[in-house]
Amino acid sequence: MSGATAIVNAGNVPETPLRRAWRRLKARKAAMFGLVVIIALVLIAIFAPLIAPHDPIKQSWTAVRKAPSALYWFGTDEVGRDLFSRIIYGTRASLAAGVISVGIAVALGVPLGLLAGYGPRWVDAILSRVTDAMLASPFLILAIALAAFLGPSLTNAMIAIGITATPIFIRLTRGQVLAVKVEDYVESARAVGNPRWRIAVKHILPNVMPQLLVQITLTIATAVIAEASLSFLGLGQQPPSPSWGSMLNSAQRFLTNAPWMAIWPGLAIFITVLSFNLLGDGLRDAFDPRERG
Amino acid sequence: MLLLIARRLMQLIPTVIIVSMMIFGLQQLLPGDPATIMAGEERDPEVIEQIRKQYRLDQPIPVQYVYWIKGVVTGDLGESMRLKEPVSTLVAQKLPVTLQLATMAMIIAIFIGVPAGIVSAVKKGTVWDYVVNVISLWGISTPNFWLGILLIFLFSVHLGWLPASGYVSPFVDPWQSLKTTIMPAFVLGNSIAGVLMRHTRAAMLQALSSDYVRTARAKGLNENRVILAHAMRNALTPVITLGALEFGTLLSGAVLTEQIFTIPGFGKLIVDAVFNRDYAVVQGVVLVTSATYILLNLLADLGYILVNPRLRP
Repeated sequence: MSGATAIVNAGNVPETPLRRAWRRLKARKAAMFGLVVIIALVLIAIFAPLIAPHDPIKQSWTAVRKAPSALYWFGTDEVGRDLFSRIIYGTRASLAAGVISVGIAVALGVPLGLLAGYGPRWVDAILSRVTDAMLASPFLILAIALAAFLGPSLTNAMIAIGITATPIFIRLTRGQVLAVKVEDYVESARAVGNPRWRIAVKHILPNVMPQLLVQITLTIATAVIAEASLSFLGLGQQPPSPSWGSMLNSAQRFLTNAPWMAIWPGLAIFITVLSFNLLGDGLRDAFDPRERG
Repeated sequence: MLLLIARRLMQLIPTVIIVSMMIFGLQQLLPGDPATIMAGEERDPEVIEQIRKQYRLDQPIPVQYVYWIKGVVTGDLGESMRLKEPVSTLVAQKLPVTLQLATMAMIIAIFIGVPAGIVSAVKKGTVWDYVVNVISLWGISTPNFWLGILLIFLFSVHLGWLPASGYVSPFVDPWQSLKTTIMPAFVLGNSIAGVLMRHTRAAMLQALSSDYVRTARAKGLNENRVILAHAMRNALTPVITLGALEFGTLLSGAVLTEQIFTIPGFGKLIVDAVFNRDYAVVQGVVLVTSATYILLNLLADLGYILVNPRLRP
């Protein structure tokens, strides 16, 4: 996917790989749906105070477990807090957890992957063993164990998820580096005397980007579920701050007389995760050189 | 083949050692004095001192690790602070429950995922393909714990058909056992079914466009036979090995599912341990899960080679 492989489209105007990917992505309705929902979620998170009709943490003993109505669109919870406002504010915790934890994983994983793929062999040997070892523990169990030892808080949950997701990015980057480092343009960059780090950053990294972008999108989906899971268990966002996972936890106790408490947070997690999965799938197809169009 | 197994086992040694170091290292993340934290509510200095001695916390970290790993190798995973029982006993009690759940989930996932994936590939581009894709996305994107809560609402609270929580061993009452485990098994199987659908579809599409399928069709074989006897047999190999790997994922999923359905398995053990600050149990559970996962990986690897002669050395 280098600049050299830019193809020529019907109008004989050169089309860069990025433009081609965007054109293909736009043609995929499911992916575009995902993208639009994600943009909407980001806007909701940013403008939460303007959108939410009520204070998300204000309790009201006169409005305990009220069914959805014109005043409380999604109903209220066991201490009379407005569920709609809590869902709106909960977007912040979920998106922050998704983006920050994957940010940690990328910030750690990509440089280490470049180092493993393009550095000395002994570094590769050590990093690959550590990656194997981390991937040998199921994702959520490792995240729970880390969050348990670090202590329960949203920040620690994000750190735990980020560290747990790091080996995915080490392995992906390393694999891509090994694939492109034998390409002619990398060989020639080395032949003209470029230092290793420069080749890694200037020539190899851009070629890893498409795969990385796909993986980032899909891992955000996993991270959102992981944060919700940790918060559900009480290891993430702490009360009274709203989080979709912890809202589901309290909803479980009131299934008989307030089932609406369980519907909305779950639906919010589902829609968010689905959107990132749809966008990730679309990006994968859009960047796939084997796909036509 | 024996040589191959031996070689694979040798390759696993560094991974296993690093995993054990990581799990042991978790203890170092505890903020403050580990002995005081491990003592929990107990503020008696004598108790704290005893914990410090028992876990050799007064010794250098590498020495602590050597003692710990010596114990692990001989099956001693430490003692639960709260339950005053050896961690290995607790693990042995809870693991079968989770394994039962995971096996049922896997059966459900295979029964839904594989046929749906085949249909989707054979009917590519039709409404069937579309429906399967939607179901698979639903499976992958639905949080286990939400689905669990919705099922409890429908089948326990609303219809009253199934118990919302609890567990009965199949050796005590098979029918009751099925009733208590079918919902959590479905919840667990749902997400794996989505993954299996996608992989079966991809593998089938590849098989259907291969030369041997074209040859089989050219010979004038019945289309059903081409799909079932030729394409499916080859396509299912990677899917089966993937299934073995997904078994590890089931252990992760069991954590929340067991919590929701109050099933006294492995997942509930780790969650309860986390809240009771029973760190030896947390470490023990992660260790056993990782070991199981590594073993499943090895079996999947060997199984793949066994059915795929081209990969043999």
